[in-house]
Amino acid sequence: MNAEKRFEIFRLFFSILIALLVSFALIFMVSKQPVAAIVALITGPFKSSRNLANVVEAMIPLIFTGTGVCIMFAANQINLASEGAFHLGGLVAAAFALKLALPAGIAPAVCLILAAAAGAFFTALPAILKIKTGASEMVASLMINYISLWFCTFILMHFILDPAAGAASYSLPKTAKLPTLFSGTRIHFGLIIALAVAVLGYVFLYRSKIGYELRIAGSNKQFAEYSGIDIVKVILISQLVGGAVAGLGGGVEILSPIYSRFTWTSLLGYGWDAIVICTLAKKDPLKTPLAALFLAYLRTGASIMARTTDVTLEVVQITQGVIILLAVAEQFLSKTKHRIIAREAKAALQKEGGA
Amino acid sequence: MSEQYVLQMQNIMKIYGNGVVANEDVSLTLKKGEIHSLLGENGAGKSTLMKVLFGIETPDSGKIILNGEETTIKSPMDAISKGIGMVHQHFMLVPSLTVAENIILGVEPKNGLFIDMKKAVDEARRIAEQYNFDIDVTAKVEEIPVGVKQKVEILKALYRGADILILDEPTAVLTPQETDELFVQLEKLRADGHTIIFISHKLDEIKRICNRATIMRNGRSMGTYEVSEISTDDMSKLMVGREVVLTFDKKPPVLKEVMLSVRDLTVHNAQGVLKVDKLSFDLKGGEILGIAGVEGNGQSELINTLTAINKSYSGDIFIKGADIRQDTVKGVRDRKMGHIPEDRMTSGCAGNLSIRENMFSNQYTDPAYSGKFLLKTKVLAQRAAELVKEYLVKCKNPEQNVGMLSGGNIQKVIVAREFSIGPDIIIANQPTRGIDVGAAEFIRRRLLEYRDAGCAVILVSADLNEVFSLSDRLAVMYKGKFSGLFTDVGSVTEEQLGQYMLGLRHDDELGGAVYER
Repeated sequence: MNAEKRFEIFRLFFSILIALLVSFALIFMVSKQPVAAIVALITGPFKSSRNLANVVEAMIPLIFTGTGVCIMFAANQINLASEGAFHLGGLVAAAFALKLALPAGIAPAVCLILAAAAGAFFTALPAILKIKTGASEMVASLMINYISLWFCTFILMHFILDPAAGAASYSLPKTAKLPTLFSGTRIHFGLIIALAVAVLGYVFLYRSKIGYELRIAGSNKQFAEYSGIDIVKVILISQLVGGAVAGLGGGVEILSPIYSRFTWTSLLGYGWDAIVICTLAKKDPLKTPLAALFLAYLRTGASIMARTTDVTLEVVQITQGVIILLAVAEQFLSKTKHRIIAREAKAALQKEGGA
Repeated sequence: MSEQYVLQMQNIMKIYGNGVVANEDVSLTLKKGEIHSLLGENGAGKSTLMKVLFGIETPDSGKIILNGEETTIKSPMDAISKGIGMVHQHFMLVPSLTVAENIILGVEPKNGLFIDMKKAVDEARRIAEQYNFDIDVTAKVEEIPVGVKQKVEILKALYRGADILILDEPTAVLTPQETDELFVQLEKLRADGHTIIFISHKLDEIKRICNRATIMRNGRSMGTYEVSEISTDDMSKLMVGREVVLTFDKKPPVLKEVMLSVRDLTVHNAQGVLKVDKLSFDLKGGEILGIAGVEGNGQSELINTLTAINKSYSGDIFIKGADIRQDTVKGVRDRKMGHIPEDRMTSGCAGNLSIRENMFSNQYTDPAYSGKFLLKTKVLAQRAAELVKEYLVKCKNPEQNVGMLSGGNIQKVIVAREFSIGPDIIIANQPTRGIDVGAAEFIRRRLLEYRDAGCAVILVSADLNEVFSLSDRLAVMYKGKFSGLFTDVGSVTEEQLGQYMLGLRHDDELGGAVYER
């Protein structure tokens, strides 16, 4: 491994460390029982098999949206609509599970395919706006998430609402649900789909022709143009695929044993979390499960901490924010990086001189 | 005896972020009132040393002693306040402003809140007269010729009180006549007590006006010499470590069928300015058509149109008889055209992708390299390793990011990519600009090999030596037209070429541009 790569890994861990230290400092400031809170945050997830299962359950949706964002960001399309695509995917899967009443086995597959299609359609909207009008995909995708939220809420309230259950749909039919993998937990078949998506995402991005085009266009648009790559096609496909994966994730989540009805009336934040995942995974879908595991671990720890001590969940949001800021700040530790590279170059010079 | 020196740079070391050691233990001393040449091939580290002196780069180690006192130079502003001025190779002027406005920019005479324009013009005129520069200070910079722009740059530095003036390859963009004029001016400045660092790799120019020369090679100083006491032969030896090979053993061209025909090609740029003006020419397999000319005379627009990057043109372009009007970039590339782009970093590569990934952007759809959906990763890795070997790309392995390589090696990656398709036509735009001699020579030999194998080559280059030694026919481009075309390249002198480049001479009837009429 060369100095550059080693440094990148070092920097990532250093960022995480600083972020954790910042969180600890905050906990010490706000809590009357800071040590207990930190212990709960760090060791809580390991305390019981139920807690560990919670970590795995929480990482599943993160793998989906994380992979989707990797694919879009690799093409340098800062499309933030995976939040809305996830939401819409959940609604579409739930609505069709309720209305189609397909037999077991087929039902989840059909619902998930429709969820993916809805997600693809949704993230393609900002892409098409960009291609046709030059509108920034970042702004358009940011705003469009609210359209998704309110559209889904509208469908929920007017088409699938169970009047007996408050703001929730009718109970989803058992035939459409994803099976659990381990009895006594809610770890479900979605984990397998998620891991498959991460692997396929990697193959798509790093082994396929279109993925190659996409990464070239993403890292230097002018080079892509000069090479004869169709940039419009690349922009559109990257966002169709990214959105499909996010939509699929929404479908998987709603059909999982965690939910029995469609109850989403606010954005869940998996699309935003995906940006953390993508940053930690350095746009490599194969690494998204690891990144998702880390974030899910933090989340689970935080919720245990919130339940057992006087510190609230939001502390982890701050940790997350600090990690992102440090991980994306190219100049962070740039002097150290320069020193490492300079040292290596000097060593090489001496070797040459000695030989 | 440090008092006799206005400036000493001692043991400067500079390593760039990509690990390239640009300066290794380099020292430079300047005597007051001398013209000191900093001599070296492209990539020898001259520019880096000057960037350190001008405060653009911070050295990793070393000392700078200015007028007997050790100092650090933090920024260009700092350098200017310490009496160091720099004239960059690429001018730093605002084209839409007048000469006077450019000269006073940043140090404007004020009248309350406003710039005192009358005073600005007077000041500019005064400084121009003081140094005997014959310039109309009210002219817009975009309307004045290159030679005059350079004078404006020099005046800009002098106006800010520069005692030490750095000129980075000042003659690169000048015609021979403009160069003569510049030298007269520089001698006057020297007589006035200014000290000038003259960066160049043109030996005859150094012989003409420099007192001493510091020669650099490969990031190191090869010593400082009195110019009168060293022969040009010795200088060139120190510079490249061997005799410069200026002539290639070139076989006479064996012409094949016409590969490329251009008829009445007219191109306007995005601003609507006419850049290529009813140009017609033919190119046969087995020959190199050199295109010389001062930059900005339509060369870039011509190349971008031939390679289908620009699609708005009138006239006709035929590749092997087929009209390319409907072709995309890929369409033209599929007709077996290789293209070495003018600027390797902006369009020639993706710096944060690997060497392997950069080597197939033009040919990954080839059935040898990919199936319907997937790339044949193993084949690509193997082919990349072969190409790295064949093109002598210095790297740790093909998985290294291209951006980490030196300019010459990046260029070799690009050339490997463009040549490995087995091209029928090669468009080489500044193929050796800013790279080390070894790489440049390698690329030139490759171009000749492909020409000998029947490939048609267009070579656009600012390096006159290069176009002279490689071209079978040589055209000079001036204001979108060929102002001259020489079929007997050996008989043309640099002096003549300069006149055509400047538009002083212009042949209305070109012999030999078009093969069949």
